[in-house]
Amino acid sequence: MSLFEVKNITVAFGGVKALNDVSFGIDKGEIFTIIGPNGAGKSTLFNVISRIYEPSKGEIYFENQNISKTKPHNISKLGIARTFQNLELFENATVLQNLLLGRHIYKKTNILSEVFFTPSARKQEHEYRLKVEEVIDFLDLQHYRDTLINGLPYGVRKNVELARALCTDPKLLLLDEPSSGLTNEETIDLGFWIKDIQSLLGITIIMIEHDMSFVNKVSDRILALNYGKILASGLPEEIKNNEDVKQAYMGE
Amino acid sequence: MQLIQLLIDGIASGCIYGLVALGFVLIYKATETINFAQGDILMLGAFVAYSLIGILGMDYLTGFALTVLIIAVFGFFLDAVVVRQIIGQPAFATVMLTIGLGFIFRGFASIYWGTDIFSFSTPFSGKITEFNGLIISYVNLSIIVGTAVLMFALYFFFTFSKIGVAMRASSENQLAAYYMGIPVKFIFSLIWSISAGVAAVAGVLLAPITLVDTSISLIGLKAFAAAVLGGFGSIPGAIVGGIIIGIVEQLCGTYENYLFEGVREISAYLVLILTLIIYPRGLFSDKAEVKKV
Amino acid sequence: MRFIFKTKYSQDINIAKHNGDRFWYSLLILIMVVLPLVLDDFYLGEISYICILSIAGIGLMILSGYTGLASLGHAAFLGVGAYTHAFLLTNGIPFYASIPVVIIVSFLVGAAIGIPILRLTGMYLAIATLALGFIAEHVFIKWEHFTGGNRGLPVPQPEFLGMSFYDSVFFYYVCLVFLIAAMFAAINILRSPTGRAFVAIRDSEIAAQSLGVNLGLYKALSFAISGAFTGLAGALLAHYIGYLAPDIFNIFLSLTLLLLIVVGGMGSLHGTVFGAIFVGFLPQLIAICRDYLPSSIGSQPGLEPMLFGLILVFFILYEPLGIYGRWMKIKLFFELFPTYKRQTFKKQKVFTKSDRV
Repeated sequence: MSLFEVKNITVAFGGVKALNDVSFGIDKGEIFTIIGPNGAGKSTLFNVISRIYEPSKGEIYFENQNISKTKPHNISKLGIARTFQNLELFENATVLQNLLLGRHIYKKTNILSEVFFTPSARKQEHEYRLKVEEVIDFLDLQHYRDTLINGLPYGVRKNVELARALCTDPKLLLLDEPSSGLTNEETIDLGFWIKDIQSLLGITIIMIEHDMSFVNKVSDRILALNYGKILASGLPEEIKNNEDVKQAYMGE
Repeated sequence: MQLIQLLIDGIASGCIYGLVALGFVLIYKATETINFAQGDILMLGAFVAYSLIGILGMDYLTGFALTVLIIAVFGFFLDAVVVRQIIGQPAFATVMLTIGLGFIFRGFASIYWGTDIFSFSTPFSGKITEFNGLIISYVNLSIIVGTAVLMFALYFFFTFSKIGVAMRASSENQLAAYYMGIPVKFIFSLIWSISAGVAAVAGVLLAPITLVDTSISLIGLKAFAAAVLGGFGSIPGAIVGGIIIGIVEQLCGTYENYLFEGVREISAYLVLILTLIIYPRGLFSDKAEVKKV
Repeated sequence: MRFIFKTKYSQDINIAKHNGDRFWYSLLILIMVVLPLVLDDFYLGEISYICILSIAGIGLMILSGYTGLASLGHAAFLGVGAYTHAFLLTNGIPFYASIPVVIIVSFLVGAAIGIPILRLTGMYLAIATLALGFIAEHVFIKWEHFTGGNRGLPVPQPEFLGMSFYDSVFFYYVCLVFLIAAMFAAINILRSPTGRAFVAIRDSEIAAQSLGVNLGLYKALSFAISGAFTGLAGALLAHYIGYLAPDIFNIFLSLTLLLLIVVGGMGSLHGTVFGAIFVGFLPQLIAICRDYLPSSIGSQPGLEPMLFGLILVFFILYEPLGIYGRWMKIKLFFELFPTYKRQTFKKQKVFTKSDRV
């Protein structure tokens, strides 16, 4: 049984179908990459999964549970975390505060215990911090703990966003163009990290990516979208040699 | 018959709200900022007209035209010198900036002209016409006709003139307009100048009714209700919203006994809150809501 | 430059980050405690007023500075607090029982206002709160049974701990204690998950939501908490002015509170105190200006709004981080001397990003 399944999802904006009857399933522990030219509906798909867009048809299943009607803020509680194409970090907060927000779903304190900052609130902060420090060590962010986000270089910001998603202890991680804007070395590092997230942390990954050499290196399976429809899906080798995909990318 | 009388009075005061709301909408569509000082610009318009017509003794129409011109130039430089500096900063900054500007204008007016209540004679003052038992004052008529003329003028300007089309392009997409060679900054200042001019028209038309003092700037706040009701982004919406607010106010005033005491003064704000809660898109918004990520 | 060597997570959690903090803030509180020995009643009254303004400022700062929701009608909360307190005292409820009720009532009023309008963002919220401020002012006038209407409502000055509120030294201590308590409460909220969620909403709603922050709930909570602080300030303000009239809680007071947080520095609790000191002494400042200006201008009533507007515009354009921001810059200048760069605080301009459809 798949960990995650998308069934017949259709999204229409006015008359334009951004996604048209898209279905696929992902097994636990996979790195599943979605490729496609601009406007193919990749980010729309992510936004449907995190319940920002309402699909006009179709369902999404996570661990055999239908999440098509779940409230957007409850998605992360189920164990789905995501990053954004154009970084959505909390700009005027420190890296540490950003990462601590990744633990928000585990909050047990109420407003009264917070106003008086009771020992239980303090204990909770310590617990949050322990997990955050694990992620900081994992992604080499030790230097930046107390730096404000708007003082960080782009590559580090991307990293912080990935770290923030990891802090939620997800089962499924959605990465929207993780390598865009990174230098060659940073992209290589990212490749290792993604592999580590898969093998060491056991997290399943869905990724939107453009850099094909990067995609071929890390992905287990690839899905190609064009104009909201599935062009092809399969192993990296198969996609590489698929005529439809070549045509969509290269033209005639 | 009494109802029709109420409607006419309501439409006349609604036109003023509509004109001020129109100023909000023009600026909002173009620059995504709201000018909280719109009512104060209206007040300046009324005061300038008082100086020109009441003190210098100019002919009404000349004074009117000159007032609008002065305020429009003032609006242009207001954007070019002050407001432009904070484009790109959070919405909160613009709100505070324009509120601060409003205070400066009001303070200036009461220092320069004083805090008394002024009036100047217009060709319409005190004249009425009777029609089937309806009493229509020339002042109300001048407001309604003036608004209609201005609406048509603006419509033709935005549809057919080159600058008008450039303005519409700039509000649709700043960057694209910029790439097409449209001087976006200049255009924005021009939009500020038009909306200031419209406010000045409203101020001069209103002057015979409320007389001229600093408190008329509060009309700007009621005009928010008109703009929101009309969908904040639609030019006909602003006028229709204004007229609805004007009529609601008249009705609330007349039937106060059936509602609750003092309902008239806050009816515009109640309509505003209800619109925002029940139908925040307003009556005339043409675009479907799409969240941006 | 001070370098803090961190060995425990508690160091990041504690309020005082190092011994220097502890020393200076203790000294400040000590000075505040002995102040009545040196100052006369007039200045004690002024400082009590500044304490009250600071508490109200904390309320608005949590809402606008930390959650990013503008409120142009916050005087309404001051009114709710003041009238509730006066009403309870008039009906024989003692001071120590009335204050918690005031806090709870303003909290609930904040939540009640927050829930319907929390779907609104940015400009719409500003307009809606402005309208609500007007409606509230109107309710204060018309609900005569509760507020005394335009006749006004005298505020009883009961004895508390055997002392009278007429005693300016005692009132000063009451205000000071409440300010310190409010400050601690605000700091505690801001270093907890709830405070972080507020900041998250301010900086990116979409990311906050994807991390499990219930936007509606937390915006309403922010309104409620903000209302509770401001309501408490309102109760103290009732004692300070002694006689409540509805036109006290008008739009000008709301805008004064906004001026307070803008001048103090958006997004900092220090800023609320700096801003309150500034706003508290504004009338004196204006009086001084009157003396120096030619009498034809100086005697005009329009001078006050004019200066008010000029200050607001000046801070928005040239010092958007407020007095606290300027203080940080000066501090950094000396810490880094001679390598300070102006660019450190240069504000990045963000174009094209907006909530517009």
